[in-house]
Amino acid sequence: MDGFPILSLMMAVPMAGAIACLFASANSARWIALIATLVDLVLGIALWTNFDQGGLQWQFQEYYPVFGRFAWALGIDGIALMLIALTVFLMPICIGASWEAITKRVPEYMAAFLFMEVLMIGVFAAQDLYLFYIMFEAGLIPMYLVIGIWGGANRIYASYKFFLYTLLGSVLMLIAMMWMVHETGTTEIPVLMAYNFDPHVQTWLWLAFFASFAVKMPMWPVHTWLPDAHVQAPTAGSVILAGVLLKMGGYGFIRFSLPMFPEASAQFAWLVWGLSMVAVVYTSLVALVQSDMKKLIAYSSVAHMAIVTVGLFAFNQAGIEGSMMVMLGHGLVSGALFLCVGVIYDRLHTREINRYGGLSINMPKYAVLFLLFTMASVGLPGTSNFVGEFLSLMGIYQASSWVALVATTGIILGAAYMLYLYRRICYGDQVNADAAAMSDLSAREIALLAPIAAAVLWMGVYPESFLAPMRADIRALEARLAPAAPAGDSKIKMGAPKPVGEAHHEEASAHGEAH
Amino acid sequence: MIDSASLLAVLPELILTAGGLVLMLVAAFGGDNSARVVNWLSVVTLAIAGISLSCSLAHGPDAFDGLMRADAFSVFAKALIYGAAAAAILLAPRFFSVGGKPRPEYAVLILFAAIGMGMMVSAGDLLTLYVGLEMNSLASYVLASFMRQDEKSSEAGLKYFVLGSLASGILLYGSALLYGFTGTTAFDGIAVAMGDGVSNGELFGMVFLLCGLAFKISAVPFHMWTPDVYEGAPTPVTAFFGSAPKVAAMALTVRVAIEALGPAGLDWQQIVIFVALASILFGAVAAIGQTSLKRLMAYSSINNVGFALIGLAAGTPAGVAGTMSYMAIYVLMTVGGFACILQLRDTDGKPVDTIASLAGLSQSRKGLAAAFAIFMFSMAGIPPLFGFWAKFLVFDAAVAANLTALAAFGIAMSVIGAFYYLKIIKTMYFDEPVIAYEAKGGPVENIILTACAVVIVLGYLLNPVLDQASAAAAASLF
Repeated sequence: MDGFPILSLMMAVPMAGAIACLFASANSARWIALIATLVDLVLGIALWTNFDQGGLQWQFQEYYPVFGRFAWALGIDGIALMLIALTVFLMPICIGASWEAITKRVPEYMAAFLFMEVLMIGVFAAQDLYLFYIMFEAGLIPMYLVIGIWGGANRIYASYKFFLYTLLGSVLMLIAMMWMVHETGTTEIPVLMAYNFDPHVQTWLWLAFFASFAVKMPMWPVHTWLPDAHVQAPTAGSVILAGVLLKMGGYGFIRFSLPMFPEASAQFAWLVWGLSMVAVVYTSLVALVQSDMKKLIAYSSVAHMAIVTVGLFAFNQAGIEGSMMVMLGHGLVSGALFLCVGVIYDRLHTREINRYGGLSINMPKYAVLFLLFTMASVGLPGTSNFVGEFLSLMGIYQASSWVALVATTGIILGAAYMLYLYRRICYGDQVNADAAAMSDLSAREIALLAPIAAAVLWMGVYPESFLAPMRADIRALEARLAPAAPAGDSKIKMGAPKPVGEAHHEEASAHGEAH
Repeated sequence: MIDSASLLAVLPELILTAGGLVLMLVAAFGGDNSARVVNWLSVVTLAIAGISLSCSLAHGPDAFDGLMRADAFSVFAKALIYGAAAAAILLAPRFFSVGGKPRPEYAVLILFAAIGMGMMVSAGDLLTLYVGLEMNSLASYVLASFMRQDEKSSEAGLKYFVLGSLASGILLYGSALLYGFTGTTAFDGIAVAMGDGVSNGELFGMVFLLCGLAFKISAVPFHMWTPDVYEGAPTPVTAFFGSAPKVAAMALTVRVAIEALGPAGLDWQQIVIFVALASILFGAVAAIGQTSLKRLMAYSSINNVGFALIGLAAGTPAGVAGTMSYMAIYVLMTVGGFACILQLRDTDGKPVDTIASLAGLSQSRKGLAAAFAIFMFSMAGIPPLFGFWAKFLVFDAAVAANLTALAAFGIAMSVIGAFYYLKIIKTMYFDEPVIAYEAKGGPVENIILTACAVVIVLGYLLNPVLDQASAAAAASLF
């Protein structure tokens, strides 16, 4: 694969598909979109199999200085590879999920999704700071249209909120990027990742990047756009939003905030921890009282993303690996849960939990798959999320046992709201006649959910397949962070026994020096 | 003394003058039937003048002992001005043919305005500046009230004239003060006189001069005329006002600030920063409540001028290059946007001007709605459209000049501006149709529209060219 521009090709295929869709009829647009995304999936598999684990950090690099001040520079490491794989895996499923649910303005819809795929791959593959920003921001356009045109009743409010919130978060990051480029004289991300900025300046740069990624993530208290956007977006829109777009925030932390500003990251770790702790507890409790299925899953996303941020700011390999695994697992599981909601929404056209009940009687296949994803979301061992959550919490325990304590309650609360949701939908009496009359999964729906189920189990049983490509990169990141990483409070150190009086004296002077 | 080098350096103006005079005679004798011919010949004249820019550059930079300048800066601005003027001529006939016949004087007036604008951007002396400005303004006043029978148009012309004269008076007063305190009207002479410190008299002169110029670029707090004139003037004229004269006035402001008032940089920088931020904020906030598309475009132009001024506030070559690039991209978006607005006609062929009636345009006129959405997203500064790059350049220059706070503040306010551009897109794409639209647009309009849209989408590939041209333009001022 040496020299073959596979990343550009992976972006060109959906781009060509998007343009073709605009000029096609509804049915041919569906097929064009499906074929384009499947071709990209095949290319993604080729990318993974050709990725040299333990080889160079940056692979499949391309560099064309065609834009004057910045370049068309692509390249991936293991972290980006995993996220690109997630993207290309979810896209055909999204198209499939929209096959029958979307009936108006199909060509534009498919074009918007394909364009989004281009941008998502671009975000993860960009090796130029400004190229990254352009890809990162451009995603607003198709998502705004998807929510606004094909969304639910309150779609216009949700689309504005989504657009303006995320835009406001991102613009300050652009100013910080400009400053960095003037300081270093380069726009290449790999170079910037190794550049040591003055710690005092790092503070400001970190905050500017944080404004963007925290909104995208989303972290409490700037998460409020997410429930609105999720609830109003069409099913496939929610899948891609939860599955991939949220991961851009986490990716941003891994790619920019942590390696470029390690000192500032350590300085602000308390902030991230604090917000994450609030998010885990608060949004879990909020999820518990939701009566709208999509909203419940949206709040659960915020809680899971808080575990991601906690793991990232653990500053150690376990935590960061765990965060990546939560991101991948959550991408699959929340996507699948939104699909599950979409399945019954397509039948009854309501997201009210109370309108359902006892579905395991008339929809046994659905109940089995929904149960699997519910358990995965809770973090049952053997499913994808267990690995990630376990590692993240293990990582944060080394950094701060208190944060670990609070963050772990998220798992308990997660079990509470997810099982409660499942009980109300699938168990109990069939109180609603129309819900009781719903048919079980169609072949198309099984074809959408089965691959995700397989991936969830694979990731839970043999996570090594997913951890191995990222290991070297995360180890490098850990090494980069090591000088700045805050000392953990969980390591019990045995001091050598000393005479009582002297020990007191030394301790006091050591205390004084530390201050 | 008139030498041939000077004449060759102002060749574009000479060509336009000759063309304008001849075409005026054609119009006078040919009557309204000659409109078509005059239109096309005017475009040809502008094209020839555009080609002759290279000749003018070769014989620059000074003409007539520094009264006029033919440097890379003026060539850059003139290329934009001629292009925008030609677009304004090409867009007009369909509009004017609704209530009668198009009249040939329209194109001739635009030619005369183009001469004035050429003089503005080439001015090396306060007198040339004033003559160019008035030449452009006089043609503009007539153009604003071009639809004599229409009350709004006459009102726009009158308002423009009264307020424009006031601004010219202020500007002239500032020029007089500067002349009085420096003893010269030449830009470089003023700069030399200011070099040993800025006296109070010079400061006053500078402030008055800048006030007059702020009026011409419609920057806050001298913007009041803009919405009324934009709304009242015939739409092709509005398209013209929004593009070419904006470039000319902006280029003139930049040249005066850098060439003549350079030594007083720290003094005018504060003024420019205030005017820039006020324009961005006011343009964005006031646009939110608008219901008329043309008024919205007026506030949008105020907003955009604010962004362009951020480059000038930086006061560096990169900043000036950013401002000029901004204007280039802004002209594309404005011409394209107005080409869209001009296509909005109901089934009787009557122009539509309210935002509400755009509802559902994406279903009846897919291509038109898509193009309009591209221009709106681009104006809002959303990548990957070219409008983002315009903002990028000016903010980048500000950051490089250690004005990070200004850049952060300005870019945060661009989010407010994004709201009203989104409103248009929302109306076109999310709402259900309310009125039926004419099924097809004119071929010329469609070509201009498509060309602008393609450049806005693929503009980044032009970056190397734009960077080089704008850097050369900026370098000629320093």
